[in-house]
Amino acid sequence: MLYLFLLINLFNKFSGPTLMHQPQVTLELAIEHGLNKEEYERIKNILGRVPTFTELGIFSVMWSEHCSYKNSIALLKTLPREGGKLLVGAGEENAGLVDIGEDLAVAFKIESHNHPSAVEPYQGAATGVGGIMRDIFTMGARPIASLNSLRFGSLEDARTRFLFAGVVKGIGDYGNSFGVPTVAGEVYFDESYQGNPLVNAMAVGIVKKDLVASAISKGEGNPVMIVGSSTGRDGIHGATFASEEISEKSEAKRPSVQVGDPFTEKLLLEATLEIIKNGWLIGIQDMGAAGISCSTSEMSAKGKSGMKINLDKVPLREKGMTAYEIMLSESQERMLCTVKKGYEEKVKNVFEKWDLNCEVIGEVTNDGILHINYQGEEKAAIPAYELVLGGGAPVYIRETKEPAYLKEVRAFDFNSLPEPENISEVFKKVFSSPNIASKRWVYEQYDSMVRTNTIVGPGCDAAAIYLKDTNKALAMKTDCNSRYVYLNPKEGTKIAVAESARNIICSGGTPLAITNCLNFGNPYKPENYWQFKQAIEGMGEACRFFNTPVTGGNVSFYNESPETAVYPTPTIGMVGLIEDLNDITTSYFKDSGDLIYLIGEDCEELGGSEYLKVIHKKVAGDSPKLDLEREKKVQETVLYLIKNRIIKSAHDVSEGGIICALAECCIICDEKNIGAEVSIPVKNRDDFSFFSESQSRIIVSISKHSQPEFEKYLNEQKQAFCLLGKTGGDKFIVNNKISIHIKDLSDIYFQTIPRFMNDER
Amino acid sequence: MKATVSRKPKFGVVVFPGSNCDHDAYYALKKILGFEVNFLWHKETDLYNSDVIILPGGFAYGDYLRTGAIARFSPIMNSVIAFADKGGYVMGICNGFQILLEAGLLPGVLLKNNSLQFVCKDVYLSVENSETVFTKEIEAEKVLKIPIAHGEGNYFADEDTLKSLEKNNQVVFRYTSPDGKVPEEFNPNGSALNIAGIINERGNILGMMPHPERASDPRLGKTDGALIFNSIGKYFLN
Repeated sequence: MLYLFLLINLFNKFSGPTLMHQPQVTLELAIEHGLNKEEYERIKNILGRVPTFTELGIFSVMWSEHCSYKNSIALLKTLPREGGKLLVGAGEENAGLVDIGEDLAVAFKIESHNHPSAVEPYQGAATGVGGIMRDIFTMGARPIASLNSLRFGSLEDARTRFLFAGVVKGIGDYGNSFGVPTVAGEVYFDESYQGNPLVNAMAVGIVKKDLVASAISKGEGNPVMIVGSSTGRDGIHGATFASEEISEKSEAKRPSVQVGDPFTEKLLLEATLEIIKNGWLIGIQDMGAAGISCSTSEMSAKGKSGMKINLDKVPLREKGMTAYEIMLSESQERMLCTVKKGYEEKVKNVFEKWDLNCEVIGEVTNDGILHINYQGEEKAAIPAYELVLGGGAPVYIRETKEPAYLKEVRAFDFNSLPEPENISEVFKKVFSSPNIASKRWVYEQYDSMVRTNTIVGPGCDAAAIYLKDTNKALAMKTDCNSRYVYLNPKEGTKIAVAESARNIICSGGTPLAITNCLNFGNPYKPENYWQFKQAIEGMGEACRFFNTPVTGGNVSFYNESPETAVYPTPTIGMVGLIEDLNDITTSYFKDSGDLIYLIGEDCEELGGSEYLKVIHKKVAGDSPKLDLEREKKVQETVLYLIKNRIIKSAHDVSEGGIICALAECCIICDEKNIGAEVSIPVKNRDDFSFFSESQSRIIVSISKHSQPEFEKYLNEQKQAFCLLGKTGGDKFIVNNKISIHIKDLSDIYFQTIPRFMNDER
Repeated sequence: MKATVSRKPKFGVVVFPGSNCDHDAYYALKKILGFEVNFLWHKETDLYNSDVIILPGGFAYGDYLRTGAIARFSPIMNSVIAFADKGGYVMGICNGFQILLEAGLLPGVLLKNNSLQFVCKDVYLSVENSETVFTKEIEAEKVLKIPIAHGEGNYFADEDTLKSLEKNNQVVFRYTSPDGKVPEEFNPNGSALNIAGIINERGNILGMMPHPERASDPRLGKTDGALIFNSIGKYFLN
């Protein structure tokens, strides 16, 4: 605790105009900066002397968990990080890059902004969006879509509602102004996130393959330029803040949260794409965590070169900033570029046109060393390679231990559950869970249509985004059911990959690749590290099986608060390719009189189900099983049916089971409210079959005249399926036990979250 | 300011820093509807002989201070105002509508939505005046489906202004139910009299919150916005 307290005071102690002299660097000071004794010794060995205060600051942020991935990189390397249509391997550039034909590539990445959002939800979430967008456009790609994955505590709680509203507004205000549509995402509420919400933002961009920019610096004498916003004291030690647990002291870390300016970022986007297109750059990197420290060292290390930087040239927002502060500032909307010598003026002209700063702050050297000069003194001289991930940054494999809770939760006997007396009321209750209810309250606050490419926006299985001047579209989705991961980290993570793929398939796309955002607890606790390791194993297995390599992503440890440890949440962001616009399929029923089928089969699995949590207040059992072969077959079958225009809708069965999925098909589309009468096969108990969350199941609807062709194909494929019923009428009728008017269904689905947020409950 | 010779009009789409529907308007007009279009940079004053000026949606100058408040002082706006004063056709969409109000080219103001939240969704619009050059080609009684996306679209004006707007048929679009009725529950932002778009008395300046450029490409599943662009197009042709 003392350690935490000291860290928290770092900002106050070493920032500000009152600082006249640099403090003496000692082991104690290094420890206050979050480094351990071994790391401090290593720094002394690298430099052959005691580091300066500025150097200590640079090492501390670069070797923080956030920048160095020191506790995760060894395991991340076991994931399939190349192959498929990957053009750039994971971790090589700011974002992954996948070939989509027609000389185009898609760049995409997901990143967390959990800790900033926990103390300052609006700016925390907004800068999360801004940061991930910069990762995309520094590749030369124009962002075309934004997605997110959000986790909060119980919506019954007033602070949760405050955080939820603030995060949604932050995401909306940034993305809306920046002019990129927010097209898909997910929101879950669970007590485990009470003290530590998760805010994961994903961006997708498109680039012509010959215009891809790289995060590299090389060529002795080439000028190094800083562009965009001026540098202030905001966000100093943001990376360190992200690398510790949330505590009651975190509130004092508000100064570690950056402030976003989407207007400047929009200008930065246009100017950046313009200079990349003109071929004046050697390389470019955005400034996120660890600001100038990170961009200078990573770009230099990649190009096996050095840099001589003069901090006096950096445009500053405030007077009296020290070298330490300038190097560690996380002011937003900035980029570092290495420009081909002689093109400085041309680059400057572009930034001037967009009314942005653009200053030469140094030049490339051949000695591999980062020389930081300020006010006539050399404040730091560090070999760039030693600072970075893949270079000198430490790599650890931590101790693992299977958590004790697993035995207990898995021993749960489902037959001990009382059978519901009124299944209709139980269904209404499950369907009105905020985890299942429509997130329209959220996504209507996002501009989901700007750029006029959104063919299928939020609310369906996956978004479909049109690629102008082609006949193709991209399908995209984020996914993770963290209750499954909590109950079975390996299987749960496999499910997250499989469900993302299933969503892409249901929209008519073929999965291409994934990005991941790994939200876990403190890695120094063996139980947490065990969960992390298991999740990585599961993800690797599923991604290899589906041939969807991992293009990169983000690890966020320390998602804990004194009250709660979050469920392990390895969020998957998946992108797929829709080869033909006519393949685009949506989840809702299209016409009355159509037949409704289930493809796949039920195994009465209630472990970690929404039913178990909402009705019986339990998170127990094992996660549903995932049979990869069976999953693949279901997906291939449905894609064949889509491409041959045999089915009219496809919706995957997930939280809330088959009954909730069917209800959604009736009402998701405002203009197509269609009732249905179905008979769900029951093995033992209604509640088991209605709410089971068995995997690899998709609900489809077909015209009656397609029935022979449909059934023939499924029989030939030996694919399990069953006829559930037909569409029509204005009621949702299930097994003659439930009969609800679709207006009431719609009211539950669409009004649950607004009622919470407007305090109308 | 209609040309004496019949021809397709030339559109000019103004690009302010922070405009983000400029490319969408350009694409809809040029690639979908086949008009000639030029971008007009905010720091310049030349309108490049445009027949119709589009002030596009977005967040001009970040919408800092107040929506449209800075944009109206940009060099290009002096030319746009002079152009409009001479009877030139100007269409402000969303942020463009906000700029027209700030510039005093249309009466009233746009307040924060009554929900205090940004709202993006498809809405339905009745065409209240189908005599304008922007609505002539829309069949009577047709209800348009066009999306909105704004945080400040709550139209407000004093009683006298509202009365005179009604009296002079200056209310062009109103938010309605899918079947064209105008109850308050279909008002997405609290606008007075469900107003979604108005025109000046002279009939050459239209401001509207919904985005017709987002409802022009059949691939996106809605095309009612194209009716508005095609109306002004046909007007120049005839």
